[in-house]
Amino acid sequence: MSTLSSSVPTRRTTSKPFTWRRLLRWETLLGLVVIADFLLNTKLSPYFLSPWTLSDASFNFTERAIMALPMALLIIAGEIDISVGSTMAMASVLMGLVAKAGFGTPMVCVTGIVVGVFAGGINGVLVTVFRVPSIVATIGTLSLFRGIAYAVIGDGVLKSYKPDFAYFGQGYVWGPVSFELVLFAALAIVFAIVLHTTVIGRRIFAIGANPVAARLSGIRVDAYKFWIFVLLGAVSGLASVLLTSRLGSTRPSIATGWELEVITMVILGGISIDGGQGSILGVVLSALLIGLVTFGLSLLNVPGIVLAIVTGGLLIGVVALSSIVGYSGRRRRH
Amino acid sequence: MSEPILSLAGVTKSFAGVRALVKGEIDLYPGEVTALIGENGAGKSTLVKILTGVHHADGGDIRFNGEPVHIGSADNAGRLGISAIHQEAVVFDDLSVAENIFVTDRPRKRGMVDWATMRERARVILAELDPRIDPRMPMRQLSVAQKHLVQIARALSNEARIVIMDEPTAALSHREVEELFTIVRRLKAEGRAILFISHKFEEIFDVADRFAVFRDGAAVGQGLIRDVSRDQLIAMMVGRSVDQIFPKTTVPIGEELFRVEGLSRGEEFADVSFGLKRGEILGVYGLVGAGRSEVMQAIFGLTRADHGEINLEGRRLTIKAPEDAIGAGIAYVPEDRQIQGGILRFPITSNIALPSLSHLSHKGFMRRSDERALAEDYVTQLQIKTSGVSQRLEELSGGNQQKVVIAKWLATNPRVLIMDEPTKGIDVGAKTAVYRLMGEMVAQGLGIIMVSSELPEVMGMADRILVMRRGRLRATFTRAEATPESIVKAATDA
Amino acid sequence: MLKLIGVRRGLPHEVGLGLLTLLLLALVTIAFPRFLVIDNLKSLVDDTALLIMLAVGEMFVLLTRGVDLSVAANAALTGMVVALFNAHYPGAGILPVLVIAIVMGAALGLFNGLLVWKVRIPSIVVTLGTLSVYRGCVYLVSGGAWVNSGQMSPFFLSFVRFPILGISVLSWIGLLVAVLAWLFLRYTVSGRNLYAAGNNPNAAGYAGIDVGRMQCLAFVLSGAIAGLAGYLWVARFAVAYTDVASGFELQVIAACVIGGVSITGGVGGVVGVVIGGLFLGIIKNALPVVGISPFFQMAVSGFVITVAVILNAGSYRKNHGRKILERAEASS
Repeated sequence: MSTLSSSVPTRRTTSKPFTWRRLLRWETLLGLVVIADFLLNTKLSPYFLSPWTLSDASFNFTERAIMALPMALLIIAGEIDISVGSTMAMASVLMGLVAKAGFGTPMVCVTGIVVGVFAGGINGVLVTVFRVPSIVATIGTLSLFRGIAYAVIGDGVLKSYKPDFAYFGQGYVWGPVSFELVLFAALAIVFAIVLHTTVIGRRIFAIGANPVAARLSGIRVDAYKFWIFVLLGAVSGLASVLLTSRLGSTRPSIATGWELEVITMVILGGISIDGGQGSILGVVLSALLIGLVTFGLSLLNVPGIVLAIVTGGLLIGVVALSSIVGYSGRRRRH
Repeated sequence: MSEPILSLAGVTKSFAGVRALVKGEIDLYPGEVTALIGENGAGKSTLVKILTGVHHADGGDIRFNGEPVHIGSADNAGRLGISAIHQEAVVFDDLSVAENIFVTDRPRKRGMVDWATMRERARVILAELDPRIDPRMPMRQLSVAQKHLVQIARALSNEARIVIMDEPTAALSHREVEELFTIVRRLKAEGRAILFISHKFEEIFDVADRFAVFRDGAAVGQGLIRDVSRDQLIAMMVGRSVDQIFPKTTVPIGEELFRVEGLSRGEEFADVSFGLKRGEILGVYGLVGAGRSEVMQAIFGLTRADHGEINLEGRRLTIKAPEDAIGAGIAYVPEDRQIQGGILRFPITSNIALPSLSHLSHKGFMRRSDERALAEDYVTQLQIKTSGVSQRLEELSGGNQQKVVIAKWLATNPRVLIMDEPTKGIDVGAKTAVYRLMGEMVAQGLGIIMVSSELPEVMGMADRILVMRRGRLRATFTRAEATPESIVKAATDA
Repeated sequence: MLKLIGVRRGLPHEVGLGLLTLLLLALVTIAFPRFLVIDNLKSLVDDTALLIMLAVGEMFVLLTRGVDLSVAANAALTGMVVALFNAHYPGAGILPVLVIAIVMGAALGLFNGLLVWKVRIPSIVVTLGTLSVYRGCVYLVSGGAWVNSGQMSPFFLSFVRFPILGISVLSWIGLLVAVLAWLFLRYTVSGRNLYAAGNNPNAAGYAGIDVGRMQCLAFVLSGAIAGLAGYLWVARFAVAYTDVASGFELQVIAACVIGGVSITGGVGGVVGVVIGGLFLGIIKNALPVVGISPFFQMAVSGFVITVAVILNAGSYRKNHGRKILERAEASS
C-alpha cells in the first residue's frame, strides 16, 4: 500500500458522519421494501388493514425480533451465538418444572430469565476465558442446552401454568396492542439509545471494528463480550417466557432453528457479520419485513417452510447487493 | 560488461489515484547484487510486488533479456525465474519444510505429488544451506533465520535466475547475517541476479555491487557501489540533509518522572530497569525480537510482568490492564497503526475520542459536540490533512493516520508517552512532522519512550539510548557517547 | 548461530483422540459386552458412515477458513430429488441415481462457492441463507408429501444394504469417500493447495494460489459429498421428507472440531475427522445400550462437544503461543 500520499490531496467526502451515510442507504432500502410489502398485503386481503389482523400478524415475529436486538449487539461486537433457540428450550423446560412444583407466575418468569443468564454466562466464559471461537463454542452449547431440555422431560409436555401466565404471550395492553409488541417497541428504543448514543454503544462498535485497537484504548473487550453474551441469554430467557406463555405449554423441541432466523433478521438488518457496523433501526425494519412477508404468505395459504426460501433468498440477495455495490469502495485502498 | 537480465524503465503504479510508483527504473545483472535503497514509502515494496506478479504495472517497460515481458501473475514470475524472499517470511506454518520449498511446483509422479522425491530434493538443497533443517519438520518449528533459508531454498529449487531479498536481515543476529551473506555470495557466483533491499548501509557496502535509489516512487540514481559514498546515498535517498530530517530541539531535562525497576516476564525479558526524566526522549534500540515491544506492553498493562515495579512521579503503580495505565497517565502509540493503533473504518472524531470517552460523555451519554471540538482542535494543532473530522481514518495517508493515533493519545493528557516505531511506513515529510511533534511534546514536560529499529532515528532524536538484546538491557548511551558501531555492537551478539 | 529447533514434539491429535475412542469403546464393552455384538457394530458403522462422509466434506470447507452450514439441507434436497426421480422412473437403475445425486449436490455446493468466491460474501452468511433456501426447496419439489419406501424401487433401497464382506455398501461408500479424500488431500496439487490457501492466504497469493478458487473448490467437494450422502440417507431410512437430517450440520461440524480440524483454517486431516465421527457415533450408539434414556443422548453429546472444543482451543493456543495482540484476520 502506498504511503507517499501526504502531499497528495485526499479524496473529498461528504461532511456527514459515516454512520449516517450508511444508515440512509441501507435502512431506506429496507424501509421501502417494508412499505411495498405492506401495500401488497393490503391488496392481497381486505382484512389486512384491520387493527386486529395487524396485531395478529405481529405475533409472528415479536419474540424473534426481541432476541434480534441483543444478537445485533453481539454481532456488532464481533461474536455470534447460535445456541439461543436451545437456551429458550432449556429455560422453558425449567419454567415448566417450577410451575409444576406449584410456584406462581412471578417465580416462573424469574426462572426463565435466570436460566437464560446462566446459559449466556456459559457461552461468555467459553469465548472470553477459554478463547473458543464463538461459533464453535455455541455449536457445542446448542446441543448441550437442547440436550438438557430433552433429558429433563423426554417427549413429555409441561403445561401446569397458572392462568395469569398467559398474559405475557397472549395479553393486550391497550385495545389490539399486544404486550409482546409493546415490550418489543420499548426494548428496541432502549437498545437503540444505548447503542447509538452512549459510551457503551461506542465501545461495542469499537470492539467489533478492531478488537486490538479497542483493547489498547483501554476498553475491557472481554468484559464487554461476556456481558453481551449474558444479556443475550437473559433476553432469550425472556423470549422463552413469551413463547411458553403464548403456547401455554412446554415441549423440548420448542424454538428449534430459531437461532438461524434471529441471525438472518440481524444480518438482513444491515449488521455486518464482520462486526463493527449496523443499526438497531435496520434490525427493527428487517424484523417488520420478515413479519409482514410471513403474514402475507400466510394470507396466500403458503406454508411456513416456503418462507424459509424467501428469508434465505432475501439474506443472500441483500448481502450480495451490498457486497457488489460496496465492493469498489471497500477494496479501493488495497 | 554484460547485459542486464531484467530491466525496468518508467514503470508506474497507482492505487486509488495515489501514485505509489511514478518512475520505477532498475537494471539487474546476472552474477551481481543490486541494492535497492529508499525510505519507507519510496515505492520499494510496490516494485517487488510488480516483479513477483502480485500487482500489475499501470505503465512502463519491463524487459527480460532484452525482450519486453508482462509479469502480471505469480505463475509468470515463476516461469521467468523470479523468486522472492519476503521480509516477514511469508510461509505456511503448518506445512512441512519440504512442501514450503516446493509449494509452487511440487514434484509429481503420474500426476500425484511425489513426497519421497520432494523430501529428497529438499534435503539436497537444505544440506548446503543448513543441514539441521529436516525437510519433514513443520515450518512452525523453525527460527526466523531458518524460515528465510527455506525461502532461499525455494528460490534455488526454482532454478531462479533473479532472487529478490526484501529486508532479509531485519530480524537476524549478526552471525546469522554473516551466514546469509555467504549464501548470497554463492548465489552470485552461480550467476544469479540478486535484488537486495535493505536499510542498513554497512550491509549494502558489504554485499552489493550496484545500487538503485528510490525516493517518493521514482528512481533517483543508479550506479556501481564502489563509485558512491554512504553520505551520497543518504542524500539521494532523502533528498535533504540529516539536520532537516531530525529537527531535534534542545529542551531542558527535568527531574525523574518515571521509573521501571527489575521488570521480568517469562522468557520475553528479564530484569529491565530504567528511568525517564521530564522533557527527555529515551530511545530503545534493538533487533526485532529483542523484547522491546514486550517490555512496553507489560508497562502498558497488555501483559502482566512476573516481577518488578513501575513508578510514576514517585508513586508505585499497579497496572493490570491498559485502562489502569491510561488512568495513571501513560499512553502507548503502538507499532502497527492500522491494526493496533486506530480503527480504519471509524471517522477521525471517534478515533481520537476512543481512549477518552469518559471525559466526552455525561452520565454515560456521548457529547458529540465535545467530541467534534476535540478532534477539530487536534486536526488544527497537528496539521492533519483531511477534508473534515468526519473523514474515515482509512481515507488518510499513512503519515496523517499516525498523527491521528498520536492525537488520540495526547487527548488522554499523558505524562509518559511510549511510541513503538513511531515513523514506520510513513514518508520523509510526515516523519519530520512527527519528530517535530515529539519535540513540542517534551517541551511541555512529557517524557517519551521511543522504541525504534532505525538507527538514524534513534541517534537523531533520543537524548539517551537503551539497547536491548535477547530480553535484557545491554547498554545505555548518552546522546554524546552514541556511535552507530557501539549501538549495533551492543544490539547484536557480542 | 541459528537457533536449534525445538526437539519436543507432542503426539499428533489423531493418536490421542484415537486412544480416547478405543478407551471409550473398551469401557462400554467391559460394562456391557453385548455392545460389541456384530449387529450392533454394523449399525454403528452404518450410522456413522453418513456422519463421517458429511464431515469429510465439511472439512474441505473448514480447511479454507470457511464453514458450510448447508450440508444437511443439501443432502435433504438431493435426497428428495433422487427419491422423486426413482418414483417417476422406477426402472432407471442405480447409476443415474448416483450421478444425479453427486452432480446436483456439487451444483448446490458450487452455488455457495461462487457466492463466496466471486461476490465475496462471508461463507457463514451464504450458507445460512442457502440452508433455508435448500430446505424450502425440498418442500417445493415434493409439495410437502413424503416419499415412502413403497414408492421406492427395490434396487434403490437394497443398494445401500447390500453386504460386501459382511459390511453394507453404505459403509463401503463412506470408507471410499474418506480414502479418496485422504488421497486427494495428500497427493494432488489441488488438495495441497487447499491446505496452503487456508494456512496462510497471504503467502498463498504470493505462491500463485488463488484462495477464492480454492474456497469454491472446497464448497463443490462438500456439496458433491452431501448430495451422495443425501441419496444414501434417504435409501437407508427408506423415506424422504422435508425435515430429513434437519440440524445435522451442527453434528457434522462437531465431528470435524473434535477430529482436530481448526476452525481458523489450514489444519486438520481425514484421519482425525473419521475418528471424530466414530467417537460421536460410539457415544450415540452406546447410550441406549448402557441404559441411558435416548433423551439423554443429545445432552451427553452436547457435553462432549463442548469439552472437546475447549480442549481443541487449548491445544491450539499451546501450539501457536500466547498472542496478546492477535492480528486481525487478513481479509484475503
